[in-house]
Order: sequence, then C-alpha cells, then structure tokens
Amino acid sequence: MADITFWFISALTIISAFFVVSSKSLLYSAYSLLVTFLGITALYVFLWADFLAVVQVVVYVGGILVLIIFGIMLTNKISSVNISHTSVQKGVGAVVVLGFLGALGYVMISTPWIQLPNSEPLETTRSIGRLLMIDYLLPFEAASFLLLGALIGATTLSRKDD
Amino acid sequence: MTVDYLIELFSKLFDSPFVSFILAVSIAGIPLFVLMALNATVAVYVERKVSAFMMDRIGPMGQGPGLHAGPWGVLQTIADAVKLLIKEDTIPSSADKLLFKVAPFIIFIGAFLGIAVLPFSSVIQVVDINIGVFYIIAVGSVGVHGIVMAGWASNNKWSLYGAMRSAAQIISYEIPAGLSIIVPIMMTSTMNLQSMIEFQSGSIWGILPNWIIFNNPFSFLAFFIFFISAVAETNRTPFDIPEAESELVAGWMTEYSGFRWAVFFLSEYANMFVVSGLAAAGFLGGWLSPIPGLFNSPIWGLFWFFSKIIFLIFVMMWFRWTFPRLRVDQLMHVCWKVFIPIAMLNIFGVGIWKLIIG
Repeated sequence: MADITFWFISALTIISAFFVVSSKSLLYSAYSLLVTFLGITALYVFLWADFLAVVQVVVYVGGILVLIIFGIMLTNKISSVNISHTSVQKGVGAVVVLGFLGALGYVMISTPWIQLPNSEPLETTRSIGRLLMIDYLLPFEAASFLLLGALIGATTLSRKDD
Repeated sequence: MTVDYLIELFSKLFDSPFVSFILAVSIAGIPLFVLMALNATVAVYVERKVSAFMMDRIGPMGQGPGLHAGPWGVLQTIADAVKLLIKEDTIPSSADKLLFKVAPFIIFIGAFLGIAVLPFSSVIQVVDINIGVFYIIAVGSVGVHGIVMAGWASNNKWSLYGAMRSAAQIISYEIPAGLSIIVPIMMTSTMNLQSMIEFQSGSIWGILPNWIIFNNPFSFLAFFIFFISAVAETNRTPFDIPEAESELVAGWMTEYSGFRWAVFFLSEYANMFVVSGLAAAGFLGGWLSPIPGLFNSPIWGLFWFFSKIIFLIFVMMWFRWTFPRLRVDQLMHVCWKVFIPIAMLNIFGVGIWKLIIG
C-alpha cells in the first residue's frame, strides 16, 4: 500500500516537473509546478517530516507560486511572449549535466546514510523549535536579518521618488 | 475515533490492506462531505432568512394554499439546489477550457482538506495530527490557486481583476491570521488541536470558562484579529471586493454557471465552516462546555463545538448585512498597517505574560 502510493507520488512529481520545463505556456508551467510542490509535500510526509511538509505548502504553494503567477499575469501581452525550447550549447550542457549527475550519484552512494526506524516520531515541532531557538540561534537570526535586509532593499528599489 | 483507528479495525477483518484503507477512508470521508453539503444548504437558507430579518423583510415564505416554498420557506434551499443542478453549464468560447474546468475542483479541495482535522468532539476527529493548526492555515492557501485559475481561464477582464484582488487579499490576510493563531500555540505550547482544547478545560475564578480568549488581554485581542482576518480570507462582505458586484459583476465567478458555480458556493460555506472551527478550537474552547465542569461528555462536546461554529457563521452573516464594503486601499491599509503590528505586539505581550504569570 505504502509502496504503491510512494511510486505513484514520485511519478507524479517527476512528470509534472518535466511538464514545467516543456510546456509552451508559462501559466501551464506554473500550474504544473503546483503539482510538483504538492508531490514534494507528500514525499516529506513519507519521511515523517510533517512540519516540513506543511511549511512546504505554506511557503511554496501559498507564497512563492502565487507570486510567480502574479508576475505572469501582470506581464503585459503575456500570450504573445514567445517561449523558446530550442537548446543552445548542447555539448557544454551535456558535459555539465553529466558531471553534476556523477557528483550527485557519488555523494548518494558514498554517504553513510542513517536509517531511521520506520515509525512515527512523537513530535517533530518541539525538537525543531529547540534546534532553531537554542542550538542554532545565531544562524537563524543571521538568516532573518538577511531576509529583512532584502525586504527593505526591494522596497527601496521599487519606490520611484522620495 | 480517527481514521487510524478505523484502519486498524478493518485490517483485523480483511486481509488486504488496500481494502481496509479504502473502507476506512470512505467511512470517514463521506460523512464529512455530507456535512459540507448540509452546511451549505442550511447556511443558504439561514443567510436568506438572516438578511431578510436584518432588512425588516420576512424572506422566503410559503404563501397561500400552494405553499410553494414550504412553511417558513424551508423548501427554498431545495429549490435553489435543484435550480443550480439543472442549469445549463456554459463555458465561454474564448476560455481556456482545461483550466476553466479544473479551477472549481482546486477551490473545493482547498476547502475540503481543512475540515479533515477539525476536532468535532474529544473522540470524533477524522485525523488527529500534531500540527493541526498549522495544517489548516496551510491548506487554506491552496484555494487561492483555484481562484486565480478561474479568473484567468474565464478570459474576461472582470474575472481577472477579481482573481487578482482575491489573491492579494488572501495572501495578505493570511499573515495577521497566522500571527494571531500563534498566540494560542504559545500559550498551550502545542499545535495539536485536541491538546489545545484540553488545555482550556477548567475555569477562571470559578465563573468564566478557562478559554484562551478569556485568558489574558492579548489573547482577547488576538481572537478578534484572527476572526476578522478569517472573514477576509473567505472573501465575504465587508471584504468581498474580489466579487464586488457593483464594479466587477461577480469577479472571478462571472463566467461560471450551473454546477461549477454551485461548487464555488459550497467551497465558500465550507471555508467559513473551517475558519469558524479553527477559531472555536483555538480560542473558544472547542468542544468544551461554556459552563465549567458541566455537560462535558463527548456527545455534549459535539453539540458545543457545532454551536460555537454556527454562532461564528451567524456573526459572519451579521457582518455581511451590517457593514458596507471596503475599498481596496482601505483593505490593504487595515491589514498591513493595523492588524499586523497589533498581531506582532500580541505575540510579544503573550510571551511576557507567560513568562511572568504562567
């Protein structure tokens, strides 16, 4: 049961991700990205990472994707934009892709993966909160400071006068 | 009684895990769907009656010997449903057919997912997850895509304007709603809806129930911010600028008719039900009785939880017939310059309150 669901979700994620890059319409790409994000959410659930799964929905589906679609819709004459799918620099591209694939494969094989027991952890939020607020407080605050800087920067840049 | 319990029960009876899974999910899911349909039909009738009474009319009534809407007009809602179901389902010729057809489903899924974790009683909850509160907030944002999709696929400027306004409004008001629901999470130090409600049992000075809304001034304020933001998230008056009929015809729903439009309607009432349920569980003690210590059995819990939801839905209808619609800039002003600062101060205040008083 769990196996069938897992393969189904994985296939859905990969096929929709393929559709994102191959679709002729930007909006269709964006909506297949919605399916990809939801598929990734489901994969997080399979890893017992419930909090991360919901964060994925909030941040990517509810935030970033809405902004992408906003961007597409606010673009003037979006239907006349020519989306090109022809590849350029195929040889260099193939080398980069193969090199990247090799590096990823090597990392996947050589890493000593820790196999967690296949049972539900009691509560994930408590340990995540403990890690974020006690063990890794400085990186957490640094990241939030960086985001605040980016936010203020974007506002300043987009203001026309005063 | 959760789905997990049912799956365990059926796995003893059937060999195939697939069969027991499908059985358990349908036994848990079909009542939820019936509940949603029932909620919408009853709410349509109540909304007609409430609006009529607030305007000093009598609303739908059975008249004369024919009684064509039944006594007190109770058959009006059936007439509405039949009318919607047999109406011609038109699709504009210049519409994006695929997205036009898919959009109602996405909105419906977004509304339906949230209802699955509502704690109807101490023993009746379809799925009991550790992060229930956060989950409801998250799946609420899935419906936005359906709205934007509907607006775009209709290929109509009013639909597109309505969809853009709706998306802007929902993602803006999600922030004060999310920041306000952090207050009960901080006080109960859990995101599980059942433990959150259990925390609220007991009483304050023996008279008031120990609900989070009465616990301290910050949580009192947080409830109102949450509830108003929730009303804004469901796109209801006075926050219904996405479908403002005087300027946008019906916003993103302009081109829809028949069953697809009925699905939008169903989702709107389902969304109202879910946000009212979350407000009831997070601030108003969920299935706990308002009289501390009395009437607290699971069956009474069901009654109290539904009473709280029905009351909150009634308040939403009350808003609709009392307040005029806001302008777009006023709407954004209220959200970003009033609600979000207050919600942040609330989080700060509750933190200090919890540190000093407990």
